[in-house]
Amino acid sequence: MNEQLNYMTSQVTAGKLTRREFMGKAAAFGVSAAMASTMFADAARAAGPKKGGDLKFGLQGGESTNSLDPATYASSVPFQNGKQWGDQLVEVAPDGTIEPRLAESVEGSADAKVWTFKLRQGVEFHNGKTMTSEDVLKTMERHSNEDSKSGALGIMKGIESMKADGDNFQVTLTEANADLPYLMADYHLIIQPDGGMDNPGAGIGTGPYKVEVDEPGVRHLFTKNENHWNSDFGNFDSVEVIVINDATARTAALQSGQVHAINRVEPKVADLLGRAPNLTVHSTAGRGHYVFIMHVDTAPFDNNELRTALKYAINREELVEKVLRGYGSIGNDMPINAAYPLFDETIPQREFSIEKAAEHYKKSGHDGSPIILRVADGAFPGAVDAAALFQQSAAQAGIPLEIKREPNDGYWSEVWNVQPFCASYWGGRPVQDQMYATAYLSSADWNDTRFKVQAFDDLLFAARAELDPAKRKDIYSQMGRMVRDEGGLICPMFNDFVEGISNQLDGWETDPTQELMNGNMSRKMWFV
Amino acid sequence: MHPIIKMVFQRLALGLLLLFGASALIFGLTEALPGDAAQAVLGQSATPEALANLREEMGLNRPALTRYFEWLGGIVQGDLGQSLTNKLDIAESVGSRLSNTLFLAFWAAIVSVPLAIFLGLLAVRYRNRWPDKLISAVTLTTISIPEFLIGYVLVYFVAVKLGMFSPLAMINDSMSLGQKLNSIALPVIVLTMVVLAHMMRMTRAAILNVMQSAYVETAELKGLSNFQVIYRHALPNAVAPIVNVVMLNLAYLVVGVVVVEVVFVYPGMGQYLVDHVTKRDVPVVLACGVIFAAIYIGLNMIADIVAILANPRLRHPK
Repeated sequence: MNEQLNYMTSQVTAGKLTRREFMGKAAAFGVSAAMASTMFADAARAAGPKKGGDLKFGLQGGESTNSLDPATYASSVPFQNGKQWGDQLVEVAPDGTIEPRLAESVEGSADAKVWTFKLRQGVEFHNGKTMTSEDVLKTMERHSNEDSKSGALGIMKGIESMKADGDNFQVTLTEANADLPYLMADYHLIIQPDGGMDNPGAGIGTGPYKVEVDEPGVRHLFTKNENHWNSDFGNFDSVEVIVINDATARTAALQSGQVHAINRVEPKVADLLGRAPNLTVHSTAGRGHYVFIMHVDTAPFDNNELRTALKYAINREELVEKVLRGYGSIGNDMPINAAYPLFDETIPQREFSIEKAAEHYKKSGHDGSPIILRVADGAFPGAVDAAALFQQSAAQAGIPLEIKREPNDGYWSEVWNVQPFCASYWGGRPVQDQMYATAYLSSADWNDTRFKVQAFDDLLFAARAELDPAKRKDIYSQMGRMVRDEGGLICPMFNDFVEGISNQLDGWETDPTQELMNGNMSRKMWFV
Repeated sequence: MHPIIKMVFQRLALGLLLLFGASALIFGLTEALPGDAAQAVLGQSATPEALANLREEMGLNRPALTRYFEWLGGIVQGDLGQSLTNKLDIAESVGSRLSNTLFLAFWAAIVSVPLAIFLGLLAVRYRNRWPDKLISAVTLTTISIPEFLIGYVLVYFVAVKLGMFSPLAMINDSMSLGQKLNSIALPVIVLTMVVLAHMMRMTRAAILNVMQSAYVETAELKGLSNFQVIYRHALPNAVAPIVNVVMLNLAYLVVGVVVVEVVFVYPGMGQYLVDHVTKRDVPVVLACGVIFAAIYIGLNMIADIVAILANPRLRHPK
């Protein structure tokens, strides 16, 4: 019987036996259905990726106002769309290294100021045009010139000049930056013909799938691009991104098999959903963090004793347990965690301590008037509950917090980066430099804690010019400690990406960069 | 001119005036909301530089009044303009959303209106006996439960557990009518449950009112059967209030179903409008607002006209 089963398994691996046939024949040998199903899955997995099928996503984060112009991408659905029809020069691999895409290789000069991308030859856009270094140059110009309204504008700032030179694209920086390849992996920087100067929202790129239907806020349909430069990418005949903003509808769609993958599974239902037989709930530790931010230049938060008191007064474990339902990890009042390369594990974890909170609060000499914390559920899911828990633990230390609820609508324009103490959310960045440069450098537009320390800025620039990883790790460690001990950031927790994936799919990889395998599911996964 | 045609024209003119007022009100209120389209689009990633560039491109630097009258000038020529946020032609996007909304409303009305009137008649026929009480109890229960809850319960039991209909009411042009109807079955059921009670109770009350009249007694004495009395004599005289409440519910089916749209992921007008309000996309909000207002005013006008036609006394105002 064993020999017969082995033979059948090899037939599955060779693709000669379907699941139904296998199950039927295995039953004839007295193998239980569950056992046979596992055997089939193992055998099929050994066969490697299979081509074909229509992949369907059900995603939160799409609106009827979305455009296909990559410069405008700011939420999940446009992000996912861009990954279907476009390619960047490089991509951040799941292990945190740089993976070549439209650039075959990247080389930096010894001073990390000049970076040369050697471009892949013979890559074709969906409109039949062949990609040239001019297209790459124009794309980067569109995201960085004076008229740019691109979401990538901030990371393009350090560029002094760019040039297209035959098969190469060269970037010269004003300051050294060892992390430049990571910046070029930004999901806004999709290479478009002529840089998308004439029609940015055309959706013409080099990606493994072509735009077929574009109904913003409803659905986006993509069909296989047979001329993609890498035939290993893209195993499906078509990919459909369906916008399902309602969490319950999303879960129901996955359970009933209408879609194969959903994002943002609510932590409170994740355990229940995971018990369903036809799907798996994946929880991936990411770099996104839920925070409370204080402006260090505004009274009473200009007093570091008071800031430290508040940092000690938050019960991190409780928040992870109650707000994230365990789908996350505790934070250490700095925006960096172990998901980043060059993270220093030896920085001591700040613990919840009523005594220390009370002690620092006393030293701060605060007059006892209520400290107003502004919060809305739009800041992060569960922000209002998190604030209420914070208020209670602070009260034990004698710190009077007053919660002021704000409307979700307009929160990012009226409250965040405007009011001195509020709840907020940060999606991570691929490297420490980018995170610090975005929100902690003195000159950063989004310095939402008003943390302006010359010594810190100097360290940041020193790290950029330093190519020795050990020394860079040391510099980043010092910077982390500065933000942790003097900054205006109270970072109680890092949230996981919680996603539901149908068991019909195989080839899942854990990728901390962005949700749903950093948008690479449709390239790498396949139907069993 | 015939007095009825004259009256229709008067009503139409009044309706247009109302629409103009509604558009001014919507524009003013959207302007009063905090933030503008540029800020809403960029969200947390807004830098002062990107904001200024985007405002310039969207033309938000010009005074509000200029923008309003430009829009008004466009709409008089039938041009709804372009969306600020994704540059798509508004007439085109609204067109497909509106036809979806009307499609759902149409089928919900086809099911619910005859059913409500029939149940109302049935309730009168057996008034104060168990069929009447049962009908009232069931319909009042369904109207009292929030529609999203009914939606979720149906999705869970019918779509997920029984696998009968799709939990997503996605429809698109490539589907056949049968597929579309299968797809919208659950939202139609929910909407029917929500609007049924109102129309049913009104039908019941209006007819019961007429049943007290002397001519109904005469009809009974003539020996007509109970149902014939209701159908032939009571219903025509009770039609005005029934049409009124039916029109109100039809208007609700078109303009008030955003919650049902969200639960079933239906690509209708409601979700489209909400998205654009949060993004402060004024031209789209105005276009949707005016369409909604037009539907409301139009349906109410029809109700008025039917009421007048049904009652000869109203045709000759003193």
